[in-house]
Amino acid sequence: MAIPSTLITLLLGMVLVLVGLWVGQNVQLLPLDASTNAPVYDSLFQVLFSIGTILFIGIVGLVVFSLIRFRRRPGDLSDGVAIEGNLPLEIVWTAIPAIVVLFVGIYSYDIYERMGGMVSLNDHSAMHHSAAVMQASTSSAPTSSGSGNVANEPRVWAGIGSSDSAEGTLPVEVTAMQFAFIFHYPDGDITSGELHVPVNQPVELRMKANDVIHAFWVPQFRLKQDVIPGQPTVLSFTATRAGSYPIICAELCGPYHGGMRSTVVVHEEEAFHQWFEKNAPPKPVPATVASVDLNPTA
Amino acid sequence: MTVASPTDFEPQGLQPQGWLKYFSFSLDHKVIGLQYLVTGFIFYFIGGALAGVIRTELTSPISDFVSRETYNEVLTLHGTVMIFLWIVPVVNGAFGNYLIPFYVGARDMAFPRLNAVAFWLIPPAGILLIASYFVAGGAAQSGWTAYPPLSLSTPAIGQVIWILSVLLLGGSSIFGGINFIATILKLRRPGLKLMQLPMYCWAMLGTSILVVLSTPVLAGTLILLSFDIIAHTGFFNPALGGNVVVYQHLFWFYSHPAVYIMVLPAFGLVSEILPIHARKPLFGYTTMVYSILAIVVLGLVVWAHHMFTSGTPPWMRLFFTIATSFIAVPTGIKFFNWLATLWGGKLALNSAMLFSCGFIINFVFGGITGVALAQVPFDIHVHDTYFVVAHFHYIVYGGTVFVIFASVYHWYPKFTGRMLNEDLGRLHFLLTFIGFNLCFTPQHWLGLNGMPRRVAEYDPSFTTLNQVSSVGALLMAISTLPFLINVIWSAFAGELAGDNPWKALTPEWLTTSPPPVENWVGEAPLVTHPYDYGIPEGKIDLRVASGADLWFGGKR
Ligand code: HEM
Ligand SMILES: [Cu+2]
Ligand SMILES: [Cu+2]
Repeated sequence: MAIPSTLITLLLGMVLVLVGLWVGQNVQLLPLDASTNAPVYDSLFQVLFSIGTILFIGIVGLVVFSLIRFRRRPGDLSDGVAIEGNLPLEIVWTAIPAIVVLFVGIYSYDIYERMGGMVSLNDHSAMHHSAAVMQASTSSAPTSSGSGNVANEPRVWAGIGSSDSAEGTLPVEVTAMQFAFIFHYPDGDITSGELHVPVNQPVELRMKANDVIHAFWVPQFRLKQDVIPGQPTVLSFTATRAGSYPIICAELCGPYHGGMRSTVVVHEEEAFHQWFEKNAPPKPVPATVASVDLNPTA
Repeated sequence: MTVASPTDFEPQGLQPQGWLKYFSFSLDHKVIGLQYLVTGFIFYFIGGALAGVIRTELTSPISDFVSRETYNEVLTLHGTVMIFLWIVPVVNGAFGNYLIPFYVGARDMAFPRLNAVAFWLIPPAGILLIASYFVAGGAAQSGWTAYPPLSLSTPAIGQVIWILSVLLLGGSSIFGGINFIATILKLRRPGLKLMQLPMYCWAMLGTSILVVLSTPVLAGTLILLSFDIIAHTGFFNPALGGNVVVYQHLFWFYSHPAVYIMVLPAFGLVSEILPIHARKPLFGYTTMVYSILAIVVLGLVVWAHHMFTSGTPPWMRLFFTIATSFIAVPTGIKFFNWLATLWGGKLALNSAMLFSCGFIINFVFGGITGVALAQVPFDIHVHDTYFVVAHFHYIVYGGTVFVIFASVYHWYPKFTGRMLNEDLGRLHFLLTFIGFNLCFTPQHWLGLNGMPRRVAEYDPSFTTLNQVSSVGALLMAISTLPFLINVIWSAFAGELAGDNPWKALTPEWLTTSPPPVENWVGEAPLVTHPYDYGIPEGKIDLRVASGADLWFGGKR
């Protein structure tokens, strides 16, 4: 007796789902994860990869199966069955993708929230501790005409804010130009061509561009933000693994775009303080909140 | 018949006859369609040569093949040529012009003169664009997206010529769109209802609506951009108080719909090809129509998914994620319907069918990466990397270009009266499918692991995969040889096709091959059931029944 085709379909479907889940769990396609954001990103990737695998194998399987099973045998000039449609079936394959897509959307919204993507960027308190610092640097930043912003604090147009409070956040000003990134640490008045950050401490990059649009990307952090002339942006992250990772410009910015790279060095806390001390010009460090815990107590 | 027809306008003898008519201001929609097709293929080979330059440069991690400036010119020209001079003119202009009048039962397009003008805008625009490579400063260097301020600071002459050329091509596209809308809505043969039209008409109606709504926005934007370049106005110049992100919004308001302008007609063509070679009706006609309309509406409100890392506020990122993800639903419906069309058919494994199935597989892959890209957190990592390059090549090449080849194999007998050689066709398919996947699959990994797009130099650890990708590109180039040989050789020595070699029911097959000037001798046929294939369900043989049972749960 033949096995009923519905049963076969059911079994095939279950095998497919299991294969998809297994592949999603076990395929390693991403670089090292070195920020708090990266593991969260990787779990989203896994979910998307599983769903994608199930769909792709399922559809390719159907196409290949049809091509073999229903191929026209030589000499057979007859037609197939005259089936013009099937409403319940159509409802099923409208509803299932709709539900999957809705689920994926909500899930990725949740992830985005956890990354700090929904933090209000122009929240005054979040920026408060650094008002003095920003004042110093706004002179060079192009001011957007007509925006009724308070004092000298330029409007932040976009980016990923830090979700935890500003306490203990290390601010760094980033200037992108053809074809380099310049990093300036307002707390120590350090200027550097490489980004040095301590492990496990939130960092806030305040970014502006001098000439054309650039983009700041660290693949190991899974973060990217355009750096836009005339529109300051921010990018917050917390590094979790000491090491050196590439900083890559990801927006076409001219002939040497491919060479516009730098390095972010993530130090252990001690090593970072040493680097900071060594590079800070010998002058009293302004007593801002952020700099207090940067000063190692002897 | 009140339809304007070529002979109404042109006294016999003024228009060249024979092969010369293909070089003339012909008003015959079939001639214009083939003009579009051949011109498109010429630009395809030019764009392909440019891609060859890119892939050669990328076989080594340092910039050593062409200068960095030239590399950026080449990638800009490649993108512009492939989109505006190959895909859009061919899936819209070529097949639209050839097929739509047949499908609605007309003797020509609604506005034959406008139609000829639309075509004849293309060669000068294309020549202008290519020629800009040779002017002082060279061609545009800011990518096909031409984002300011980069496009304001790269050599001006090349950029202005680029704008001019795209404006001409956009104009051509708008003329074509108006013509298609008018033809489909107004020139239908009496007695033919909208819901009886072949699916390609619906696809072209949807596409033309997108063209007419969004292309003028691109035109306006590029005109402002040219003011910024020539007259030093400050619309998009931050140094003069301009806003560069506004340009991106305007640009993508056109350019996201543009991706559907490139793929919806392909959806329509596949819907014509599959039922004929599967000997089955098109599954779910009504839902297919509504899903096209849904794609048109949704396609207009998703543009900012190209801007997740630029100056977009959080709420906007959220809205565009959801809207973009939902496009997958109507798109999915179409794919399931095609699969159901194949199921239980009598599939001829010829080149047209193989390329169509290749399209399904490639497009599904590109659609899956597309839905992933729609998720802001995912996109923030891979935006502007080779992952995106891979995504859209899966869609545009693996999808649309595969369909163009399927369509050439399918309609060549109608165009010429001769069949193409099937063995060469299958060889062409095999080489293209393998080469394509070899070229673009590795690029997903490259993007995920740190290779940005539009670079002439990259991290040496990516060398091997880039070389694999270049080998794939070489295979793709080689794969066009059997195609070219086939097309040229068959035109003279191919097997005679007869009027209707596929035993098809759509109206273009119900006339001679090639068709006469006014399409049919005598009255146009009234085809109310263009997909009426298949034997009634009572007479099914057992081998088919087991498959069909799946769809009906044994209820039949
Ligand atoms: C299932 C439907 C699709 C979804 C959800 C989708 C989603 C996306 C997203 C989110 C991006 C932006 C990626 C980035 O730049 O970071 C993108 C890029 C792109 N997509 Fe799709 N896509 C889909 C289908 C298509 C189709 C049908 C086409 C063309 C026929 C297409 C062509 C493109 C192109 C050309 C780009 C890149 C443009 C550029 O930056 O140069 N996509 N897609
Ligand atoms: Cu750059
Ligand atoms: Cu898009």
